[in-house]
Amino acid sequence: MSDIVLETKDLVKHFPITQGIVFQTQVGAVRAVDGVNIELRRGETLGVVGESGCGKSTLAKLLVGLEKPTSGAINVRNQNMVTLKGGELRRARRNIQMVLQDPYTSLNPRMTVGDIIGEPFEIHPDVAPKGDRQRKVQDLLDTVGLNPEHINRYPHQFSGGQRQRIGIARALALRPEIIVCDEPVSALDVSIQAQVINLLGALQDELGLSYIFIAHDLSVVRHISDRVAVMYLGKIVEIGNDEEIYEKPTHPYTQALLSAVPVPDPTLRGLRDQIVLEGDVPSPANPPSGCRFRTRCWKAQSICAEQEPLLEPRPNSPHPSACHFAEVRDVISAVE
Amino acid sequence: MTDIKAEFEAVPGVDPNAPLLEVTDLHVEFRTQYGVAKAVNGANFRLAPRETLAILGESGCGKSVTAQAIMGILDSPPGFITRGEVRYRGVDVLKLPENERRRVRANQIAMIFQDALSALNPVFTVGFQLGELFRMHRGMSRADAKKRSIELLDQVKIPAAASRVNDFPHQFSGGMRQRVMIAMALALDPEVLIADEPTTALDVTVQAQIMGLLAELQQQRNMGLILITHDMGVVADVADRISVMYAGKVVEEAPVYDIYSRPAHPYAKALLESIPRLDMKGQQLSVIKGLPPALTNIPPGCPFNPRCGYARDVCRQDPPPPPYTVAADRTARCHFWEEVVSS
Repeated sequence: MSDIVLETKDLVKHFPITQGIVFQTQVGAVRAVDGVNIELRRGETLGVVGESGCGKSTLAKLLVGLEKPTSGAINVRNQNMVTLKGGELRRARRNIQMVLQDPYTSLNPRMTVGDIIGEPFEIHPDVAPKGDRQRKVQDLLDTVGLNPEHINRYPHQFSGGQRQRIGIARALALRPEIIVCDEPVSALDVSIQAQVINLLGALQDELGLSYIFIAHDLSVVRHISDRVAVMYLGKIVEIGNDEEIYEKPTHPYTQALLSAVPVPDPTLRGLRDQIVLEGDVPSPANPPSGCRFRTRCWKAQSICAEQEPLLEPRPNSPHPSACHFAEVRDVISAVE
Repeated sequence: MTDIKAEFEAVPGVDPNAPLLEVTDLHVEFRTQYGVAKAVNGANFRLAPRETLAILGESGCGKSVTAQAIMGILDSPPGFITRGEVRYRGVDVLKLPENERRRVRANQIAMIFQDALSALNPVFTVGFQLGELFRMHRGMSRADAKKRSIELLDQVKIPAAASRVNDFPHQFSGGMRQRVMIAMALALDPEVLIADEPTTALDVTVQAQIMGLLAELQQQRNMGLILITHDMGVVADVADRISVMYAGKVVEEAPVYDIYSRPAHPYAKALLESIPRLDMKGQQLSVIKGLPPALTNIPPGCPFNPRCGYARDVCRQDPPPPPYTVAADRTARCHFWEEVVSS
């Protein structure tokens, strides 16, 4: 029980859509995150996958407190981050830090690397006394595999992979237990991507970190995650450990998503089980009734429009799956 | 109709028996205030009808610049083609005067860009932008051009094409926008289609739709397709042959099956080993140490030598390794390719 470091309860974020210039009235809401329950254990990596617009980045922002949830709770070490205020909130936030997607825009070009990585200490002065900061920053640079002597350089003097290391060092500065990684490698080239993934893995072993790893690249997520949550239109549709999601997926969306990922092996061409979905993701401002995936699903029946399937284990799905017709179908190793 | 097409399409000196597209020893450099960046240093490849050639490489390896040089849309200055030939059916298009070059573009060689939102003009409807091709290149009336535009949108499977033709680019989703780009590239029946990272900005499910559409259209029209990408998965699914580029050079060119099973260049081998695979739970990923060289300062000898595990003294000295013949249809620029293939 005590090893759960992060837990969300029915987390909801609706962005209002307003009309009018002087008298603004709310005419609707974009349901970016609509009832998400996750648990993260110590030293564990939870992967979150989904297409663009499914709410995964909004979820990340909610977790680190960059957005205020419409309702629901985020418990970190049994403290509800949503209701905390002032100094207590600031102290609690140290525990959950974030690595951002684009290392080219997430570092201030006018600040030196030392200032960027040391900035968390400015905001939380009780973590490191002033005289100690430079040494701490240099230690951090060393931890992420950069030269500590480069403390006075500017971001443009580093390559993309090195900049992402700076971003990771900044997230590590306050010694958090949890790091939320929002697409940390999607802006990097493959050869550099492998370096950053390996670094994240090594840091986890060394410091006992827990990661929420958000990405759209399913191969990368499989590589790094212990458990994986699949999101569609603001809801988690399937969650399970790596083997359950990748080898025994039961939700049609997970199956379609997996089958669409190209495998770098030409001998499998034409042999893989490919499910090509029609159309685009519906607008989160006006999601379909019942099951949100039913408009693109080949299994959809009338019950899917009427009754929303809950995320729970089902007769044919030992792990939680939000589909009335959940059924195991191996799409990635189905080669005959 | 056919007469109009013939008149507008005629490129003098075209030999129908010559290879569809042949790029020989292409060199492109950018003259900047910080020095001369050698973006392409001897690119060679050949494309046949119905064939899919993938140009694979990381950012900055010169793959997009090669495509721009073939299309004749290089920003010049600062970009200059310093050497080489781009032969379309035997005609060196680099030597054509600008007005004839324009006919080749879109009529014979067309291109799809990565980011459809910035490649389309936001202040005109997609119907207008598609129709422009027919009006300029075919001399059609506005009404006829619009009719053809609707047909084209239909061919790329945009639902309710007739009603969407008057929409603006921002009213389309990412995948639909890329379909509009494809329609635009195919409007004048080109024989060569260059797709520069056509699906990089799209989600995997949409990527599967777009790649399927491209393959279908390629078969229907007997097009040669040059697919520029960094995604080794997409390449494995669609390509016939692969050219791997590094620091402006094609370091390995081979049929797709050979390169994935037994790469002959250390860079190609390292790239394949550094990607996590969906159907395998990962061990430690192998890493290519270091960074690609700055194009203003490419190391002597083989450009990959500072990052290469096979490198010896000969690799660090000029001249750089020539394209050794590995098999009849396969070359690799590595002195030690035999060692790499057999390891």
